[in-house]
Amino acid sequence: MRREVQSVLLFLVGGTMVKIGLTGTYVRYVRVGLGPYLIAAGVVLVVVGLASLGQPLFARADVTPPAADGHQHGHGRFDVVWLLLAPVFALLVIAPPALGSYAASRSGTDLRALASTNYPPLPDGDPVRLSVLDYATRAVFDQGRSLGSRTVTMSGFLVADDHGGWYLTRMVIMCCAADARPIKVGLAGDLAAEMPGGPRPDAWVQVTGRYTAQTGADAVNHERIPYVRVLTVEPIPAPAHPYEA
Amino acid sequence: MLVLAVVARVWLVGVSESPPVRAWLTVFVSIVVQAMPFVVLGTVLSAVISTVVPPGFFARALPGRAGLAVPVAGTAGALLPGCECASVPVAGALVRRGVTPAAALAFLLSAPAINPVVIVATAVAFPGRPEMVVGRFVASLVTAVVMGWLWLRLGRAEWMRLPARANLDGLSRASAFVATCRHDAAQAGGYLVIGAAAAATLNVVVPPGWLRAVAGQPVFSVLALAILAVLLSICSEADAFVASSLTQFSLTARLAFLVVGPMVDLKLFAMQVGTFGRRFAVRFAPTTFVVAVVVAVAVGTVLW
Repeated sequence: MRREVQSVLLFLVGGTMVKIGLTGTYVRYVRVGLGPYLIAAGVVLVVVGLASLGQPLFARADVTPPAADGHQHGHGRFDVVWLLLAPVFALLVIAPPALGSYAASRSGTDLRALASTNYPPLPDGDPVRLSVLDYATRAVFDQGRSLGSRTVTMSGFLVADDHGGWYLTRMVIMCCAADARPIKVGLAGDLAAEMPGGPRPDAWVQVTGRYTAQTGADAVNHERIPYVRVLTVEPIPAPAHPYEA
Repeated sequence: MLVLAVVARVWLVGVSESPPVRAWLTVFVSIVVQAMPFVVLGTVLSAVISTVVPPGFFARALPGRAGLAVPVAGTAGALLPGCECASVPVAGALVRRGVTPAAALAFLLSAPAINPVVIVATAVAFPGRPEMVVGRFVASLVTAVVMGWLWLRLGRAEWMRLPARANLDGLSRASAFVATCRHDAAQAGGYLVIGAAAAATLNVVVPPGWLRAVAGQPVFSVLALAILAVLLSICSEADAFVASSLTQFSLTARLAFLVVGPMVDLKLFAMQVGTFGRRFAVRFAPTTFVVAVVVAVAVGTVLW
């Protein structure tokens, strides 16, 4: 029985990993580059599950004696492998979204670890497309020199600040959402007038604007938050890759 | 049954609309998803060790004297590219294969901290501060070796519930391989879920201003970051980036974060319970924590 339960659950976990790997939902949880490894690991688990289900002849020789396998976890013969149902269920039924304004407003903006030492001239384009991270580091560490008076466009989700204003925000991850940290850029201008339906937290928007020397301080960690003078704000669907890396 | 499932689904989807619950779920599944490739790598390696590597191999490869085998195994940790989720099943398989537990434990502790992937990540996260990379490598290796030696002197065999092994006698090599993979993946995966749930809870519950309050006090800040490393259970390949962002803390405090994290955290503790038993884990993890903090402070004092 134990063998069958373990095999079926590993098969389920493997199948779930393959599914989120192929459909691309995994980018809500881990960095994009992990995808192939996730699929490979899923395939291994599926094969192990199927192969060990297909070995009924060995069932008796294979089973670990229950007495030696109690694991002293206080539940007698409860097998921890059942717990794997939780992530399978969460991923297949609930499919939680990428971290948004709730997580972003609980952590301070985090530019320092991501500061670069040189800021090459902006690429061509009017407006020029930048990541929130690129804009924020150029604005804070390069004092906006490489931004000049160029019109820039960037996308992110909205997070309310403490004073009725709004931040354009992206989460940055290194491995997975457990290490996610927000990058916030303040939006200078009248968002309510620019945006049909008015701003609301978690709404994805594309902003065009120009550099302004205005800065603010993050309420959580007092780090400097750069601002952008807003020209237009447009609601957009959530992007395929919610995190910047 | 079906009605119940539908009702449960409606209720769960409803509950999961609340922002903290949603954030918890996202972090929880993220930790599991992120760890899964490493768990699979670890279990496949452990199956290779159990079924493909000849039984006498490690006895020949490691020095006969346990006291010498510990530093050799600790240094060998540099060869396993991965994070802590891979090293637990591998260490379990090493013990099963007759490696002296002290040496296997030194490997268990050093592998996630000093392998090339983690060292490069640390160098990238701390540009212009090579001493952080050196400090992490040295402090982690020293901690691992000290823990191995401590186990030699003070450890008792009965604390370690020797890894329950699938009985492989009479199985073909392929069947034995599959059975080991299944057993180890089920164990490591199940305990990973416990650890991920605990880490996600703390990730969502720890108040945001908490860190800033303690950053200024030198002694307390070291302890605070060491405890934070335990609670957050961040993968050792990512922790350097988190450490580099904790700029309000001293470099020594951040070194302690980097040394403790890969050796003691909630996720790892749960997996150690699964592989070596609870009586082992409740002794081993706190001792490792103390040794790691002391060594990190000592190395930090020399460096800065």
